[in-house]
Amino acid sequence: MATPEKAGESGSGGEAAEAPRRRNRLISGPGTLLLWVYGVMVVGAVSRSAVQISTEFDHAPLAYSLSALAGLVYGFITYSLVRGGEKARRAALVCCVAELVGVLTVGTWTLADKAAFPDATVWSDYGMGYLFIPVLLPLTALWWLRRPRPDAD
Amino acid sequence: MLDALTIAISAAALALAAWCGFAAYRDQPTKDWHFIGMAVVTLLTVVQLIVGIVRLAQGQEADQGTTIFVSYLLGAFACVPVSGFLSLAERTRWGSATVAAGGVVLAVLEVRLYDIWGG
Repeated sequence: MATPEKAGESGSGGEAAEAPRRRNRLISGPGTLLLWVYGVMVVGAVSRSAVQISTEFDHAPLAYSLSALAGLVYGFITYSLVRGGEKARRAALVCCVAELVGVLTVGTWTLADKAAFPDATVWSDYGMGYLFIPVLLPLTALWWLRRPRPDAD
Repeated sequence: MLDALTIAISAAALALAAWCGFAAYRDQPTKDWHFIGMAVVTLLTVVQLIVGIVRLAQGQEADQGTTIFVSYLLGAFACVPVSGFLSLAERTRWGSATVAAGGVVLAVLEVRLYDIWGG
């Protein structure tokens, strides 16, 4: 959780003391909700794949690796949202596109070649096991991050 | 006991979600009463965590394994407080919406917990 103070402190050095120059925040307003959902997906995907990889990796190596990859992507986007700033916005945007491509690819793949997936991934069937949030989330995030903030530095 | 608690928490979480969702709809931030509601729900999840661990200590086992059971218990416990903290930082309707989402997530976790324990 980045409070405005925290976001201002990191990186802007000495001048932060006089006039707190903040990176433009990406998690104000609707961004808070977005951050929360991404946070939940990080915990979900990372802990799920961690348990599966450590206990039964051989059962469905491809599925579990893809879940772990999904967790990494979610983690990076969450970090970017918290960090804020124009660079983070662009990085998050790229990752959201990757996320969307990932969901669509893996979703189609799991439907087309069920034999390759003895167990589900986070992105199986376009994220049906997660109420289709994996497909809706990148679209929402792309919309939210679509343009530079007016107060960009 | 555990099953009754799981069902009670699901209901309470959905009620909290509806309540905070209504606040978001009316363009209001979370207020003291909402935080009391979150505290009640969190208290229930603490009780659930304790009961769950006592059950495991007594030698009973969760259908889908101890690790998964305990991580879901911890996740259920953390869910509402974390969304509450986010709403403290975001004093607009979107803070309320976040807590509402937190309630929905908790309800989903409880459904999963029910299966994991083997209700």
